[in-house]
Amino acid sequence: MLNTFWMILKRDLKLALRRRSEVFTVLFFFIIVVSLFPLGVGFNEKMLQEIAPGVAWIAALLASMLALERLFANDYVDGTLEQMLLTPQPLSILVFAKMTAHWLLTGLPLVLVAPVVGVLYHLEAETVITMMLMLLLGTPVLSMIGAIGAALTLGLRGGGVLISLLILPLYIPVLVYGSGAIAESRLQSGNIEPHILLLSAFLLLSLIFSPWATASALKISLE
Amino acid sequence: MSLIVSDLQCTRGNRQLFSELNFQLSPKQLLFLEGKNGSGKTTLIRTLCGLFIADKGNILWQNQPIEEHLEVYRKALFYLGHLNAIKGDLSALENLRFNHLMSGQKNNDDDLLDALERIGLFGYEDFPTRELSQGQKRRVALARLIVNKSPLWILDEPFVALDVAAVELLQQIISQHIEVGGMAILTTHQAVPLTEGEVQHINLDDFATKSGRVTDA
Repeated sequence: MLNTFWMILKRDLKLALRRRSEVFTVLFFFIIVVSLFPLGVGFNEKMLQEIAPGVAWIAALLASMLALERLFANDYVDGTLEQMLLTPQPLSILVFAKMTAHWLLTGLPLVLVAPVVGVLYHLEAETVITMMLMLLLGTPVLSMIGAIGAALTLGLRGGGVLISLLILPLYIPVLVYGSGAIAESRLQSGNIEPHILLLSAFLLLSLIFSPWATASALKISLE
Repeated sequence: MSLIVSDLQCTRGNRQLFSELNFQLSPKQLLFLEGKNGSGKTTLIRTLCGLFIADKGNILWQNQPIEEHLEVYRKALFYLGHLNAIKGDLSALENLRFNHLMSGQKNNDDDLLDALERIGLFGYEDFPTRELSQGQKRRVALARLIVNKSPLWILDEPFVALDVAAVELLQQIISQHIEVGGMAILTTHQAVPLTEGEVQHINLDDFATKSGRVTDA
């Protein structure tokens, strides 16, 4: 079972490395969205610090959404997905491996470029560290919830728009607590622990339920 | 070891494709599925693979319903559809290795390279498959047949896009599989000469249900 997981993860990463532009699209999208805001709302230091948590998270949501459509679509079009469904391996492991690959390629890079947001928005080092921590906890949730939507809309016309409508509302809790923690960390009396615990709870819940839900959705989509 | 289909009925959308379909497939038997376009060949094949749920009827593998023993059944099954299931960015060898391992079989790169050579891809093993021609891509997909040990092969139009030499080779591979006690279901009009074993034909037009057809109106 672990073997299957590694095999798919390795294959997806290898495919992504041979088609690097797709990975960089997501990353640059994030950076561009984040850097547009200071241009639009002005360079007032205080205001930028104020909006930074929300902007960073919204940009992260949209960036992670960008690559969702391709999560299963490529495998669906060339018949690989059908073959995967017919292997003796449990489908949820397969799906979990693909989610992990998606996160490594789209979520983790966002965590790593978070300091750029810090520089653009005059954030203190401590706030940047909190932001990285929250992104580290929150972006896997985005990948996992997103996978359910991607599986449900597989093969539909206009699936890309539909995913956004389906999934963005489900991202709201992550957005609220993720950006809440960053805002909180800027206050003297701020306590980010509840936020961390809640986001961790979301992470655990989606770890348990989303591979299973995605697998069921895939079976329906491929019938 | 046999595949038994009894009283099978399938509907696609609101069109009933076929009903009361019965057949049995035992080792050393080759089954040809025939029927005009739209008669439900692909639907039947997908149903036999467990990808599509039939309205009615049973599919038994070793006397057990396939949906209750999916893992056992899938280990015994090899399916190849219209799509090649290969990745353009991976080489022929990488594609073959991944697909082979995923179907739960043991990896041995020498065997895989031999298979690629036999299917006529010697010298192309390390090219990304997107640079290959349609026929060569199909050959990459078919190379899996050579290394595959599953008893039941279900092949949907396996001869499409192949040249004369490859058609001959595939006929050989299938007839060898039957010879050693395998079973195969094919949707094709291409005959496969067998040295041993038995051939069955099923024409889905004989099982078409008139009442369910929208076109009757």
